[in-house]
Amino acid sequence: MTDILGEVPAFPMQRAAGCPFDPPPGYRKLQAEAPITRVRLWDDSTAWLITRYEDQRNLLADPRVSVDIMHPGYPHITPGEASRANTSAPLKQERVFVTLDDPEHARIRRMVIAPFAIKRVEALRPTVQRIVDGLIDDMLAGPRPVDLVEAFALAVPSLVICEMLGVPYTDHGFFQHNSRIIVSRQSSPEAVREARRNLVDYLDELITGKLADPGEDLLSKLAAEQVSTGELTRRELAVLGFFLLAAGHETTANMIALGTLALLEHPDQLAELRQTDDPKVVAGSVEELLRYLNILHMGRRRVALADIEIGDQLIKDGDGMIMALDVGNRQDDVFADPDRLDIHRDARGHTAFGFGVHHCLGRPLARLELQVVYGTLYRRIPRLRLAVDLADVPFKHDGLVYGVYELPVTW
Amino acid sequence: MRVTVDREKCIGSGQCVLTAADVFDQGEDDGIVVLLDAEPSPGSHEDVRQAAKLCPAQAIAITV
Repeated sequence: MTDILGEVPAFPMQRAAGCPFDPPPGYRKLQAEAPITRVRLWDDSTAWLITRYEDQRNLLADPRVSVDIMHPGYPHITPGEASRANTSAPLKQERVFVTLDDPEHARIRRMVIAPFAIKRVEALRPTVQRIVDGLIDDMLAGPRPVDLVEAFALAVPSLVICEMLGVPYTDHGFFQHNSRIIVSRQSSPEAVREARRNLVDYLDELITGKLADPGEDLLSKLAAEQVSTGELTRRELAVLGFFLLAAGHETTANMIALGTLALLEHPDQLAELRQTDDPKVVAGSVEELLRYLNILHMGRRRVALADIEIGDQLIKDGDGMIMALDVGNRQDDVFADPDRLDIHRDARGHTAFGFGVHHCLGRPLARLELQVVYGTLYRRIPRLRLAVDLADVPFKHDGLVYGVYELPVTW
Repeated sequence: MRVTVDREKCIGSGQCVLTAADVFDQGEDDGIVVLLDAEPSPGSHEDVRQAAKLCPAQAIAITV
């Protein structure tokens, strides 16, 4: 499908004005008319845009489909992404498992699967509850209006990861300070690099301490299992620890803030959520908000390692692919009335955390954090409301992860 | 219904545990799938089918 100029459409596309929670209408049109089609990227390169749910799942699970960011056909979404791939961590040993294919991906990922198992993560619920309640206590004692992003949404995931990794309480401030710089749109690339280095150096030193005097935390366990045995160097573990923070920080924070906004715009369902005693209603709301918001809105990017026949198209060896999971999660033969937020629907089939072997490791932790947040925040601040008009809320339209830059709230 | 799991393919997402906790568990030490019941009762069949569909690694196979 080409537009009236006979050119392939550009990716990404724009959302409709006034519909900040819905994917760009252009993706919906493609899903109906040309579900596997060429799109043009920022550097005039082209890639396949895949917009149907089943095709996305099949390709993400296909062993001929690669995440190798160094492959010449990999479709980078931004100039920054492309230059990072070219200039940093060219050696496979220096790359975190998310950009590696099997078998290297499986080897490293398997070192961290156990701490993210469902029952292990569930055991963190009292800790997450304590963190969330503490932040709400501080908000209630502070001025209003307040920016929910700054005062709450960014703090929850970084404090939870601090606990999981075993960062001492006295270092939480240093940890938070540097993590903020990394996610802030005010930060220059140099400031982000320095903050990243500060955190990796810090974790490196922390691991040295834990090798000598281990605790019960994730870094101590991995230091004993993987560093002492020579499977990972101390630096590699520090980089892995940093990755666990980075992967779950802005994502979870954005779901907290954007989810709050979506619920404020659906007051009947917010009231139900606020009043419920049923953990299944809270859990269902989390899954539905993940489906509805699908904050990774720049697609899952891959490159083909062989020719792949799909539908009536042939994806060739070396072709880039972009899986637009946001519109897949709004497909009307997968989720009835898909554009409607409905906290009671069964949204478990959503692909907001991806599919295939790279399916998000942190999903159980994200799920727990969001269950605690959505199950606590509105109950403890029942008159929470926006302090500005919806039209004045700044959305992260160009961010890799969708959300809001700030969310001024009051009560 | 007979269920099998492929522990080599499993990536430990735990989606099966959330969907059919009487049929699937995760190993304490490695987080990889443990099949609790290879011939689940009819009451669990729908949950098991859903678990197979949700498994991101497609590591659950069902024969009827």
